[in-house]
Amino acid sequence: MVQLTLPKNSRIRTGKTWPKPEGATNVREFKIYRWNPDDGENPRVDTYFLDMDKCGPMVLDALIKIKNEIDPTLTFRRSCREGICGSCAMNIDGINTLACIYGMEDIKTPVVKIYPLPHMSVVKDLIPDLTHFYAQHASIMPWLETKTNRPQKEWKQSIEDRKKLDGLYECVMCASCSTSCPSYWWNSDRYLGPAALLHAYRWIIDSRDEATGERLDDLEDPFKLYRCHTIMNCAKTCPKGLNPAAAIAEIKRMMVNRIV
Amino acid sequence: MRYLTARKRAEGKGAAHHGTEHHWYMTVSGAGLALLVPIFIFIFGRALGGSYEEVVATFGRPFPAIITGLVIVVGLRHFVSGFTMMVEDYTHGTTRKLLVIGVITVSYFLMAAGLFALAKIAL
Repeated sequence: MVQLTLPKNSRIRTGKTWPKPEGATNVREFKIYRWNPDDGENPRVDTYFLDMDKCGPMVLDALIKIKNEIDPTLTFRRSCREGICGSCAMNIDGINTLACIYGMEDIKTPVVKIYPLPHMSVVKDLIPDLTHFYAQHASIMPWLETKTNRPQKEWKQSIEDRKKLDGLYECVMCASCSTSCPSYWWNSDRYLGPAALLHAYRWIIDSRDEATGERLDDLEDPFKLYRCHTIMNCAKTCPKGLNPAAAIAEIKRMMVNRIV
Repeated sequence: MRYLTARKRAEGKGAAHHGTEHHWYMTVSGAGLALLVPIFIFIFGRALGGSYEEVVATFGRPFPAIITGLVIVVGLRHFVSGFTMMVEDYTHGTTRKLLVIGVITVSYFLMAAGLFALAKIAL
């Protein structure tokens, strides 16, 4: 059932305000979601101030600076810092994106608000629990399925067929799209979500894959696939500029072509 | 508390192997209604403000009566499918099942009432 209000123990309270850096002239305010499962308290939003003249240009630079210099307890995932690993996905200024490739100058409001990806269980601070998300990805068999005996050298693919994978293989599984999708919020237990479906299409459309029928069979379900109502939040939010909604529409078109 | 693996939760009960017919029906009926509804509004709009005899005469003619009948049947079936999907989106469990039954019952009752009224006028 859709929940219109947060449970009592999830309601966000005003947190600690950290002091402003001394002598700084170019200061920016950061409001960051904090929650620690070990202290038994409600989530809170802490306020930090950074001297932007001594900070890198990306939101991740600011988070690392806060963790290194102000509050070492701030917890978030990060790794590659160049939009390849998908670790630092979070909700910044109301948009699900990767902190490492989201520039501070793109945020038009004076206060930078940072929350974990929406509608996911939080492990701590800005870290969502992506266990179910990854399990859904695994359920679509994200690998090449073949029945023909393995060729001596390689599975060949034409340049035209390879081009069909563009806009699909670039997905880094950051979960920004799935966690921006209202259908995924309400029915993530059964709806696969845009990321898993984009990956499913990546293997369905691969000319070398020989399990197209089985893959479509596995997706033909009112909830797994057809919860997508073309809301398009996924395409709008994708930090890599991909269009999962188009991939889902293509799967639906292939489904229809099987019966009409 | 159930000790299920993440994969077991993700797989759930597997695929139901239907849904495509529903998707195709909504697409086709949506396109059909995009054509039917403007014609119906035109017919209905022209009959508005007329006397009882003029309205009965309008809907007594074959074309307006057939268009009206199609709007009632196709429109309400489209409504049933769409509203069912909405109920499935926002509710779960027994509430979901009861609401789906309710929507189907009310819609088919409205369809029968509409067709009865149309038949009474047209025939």
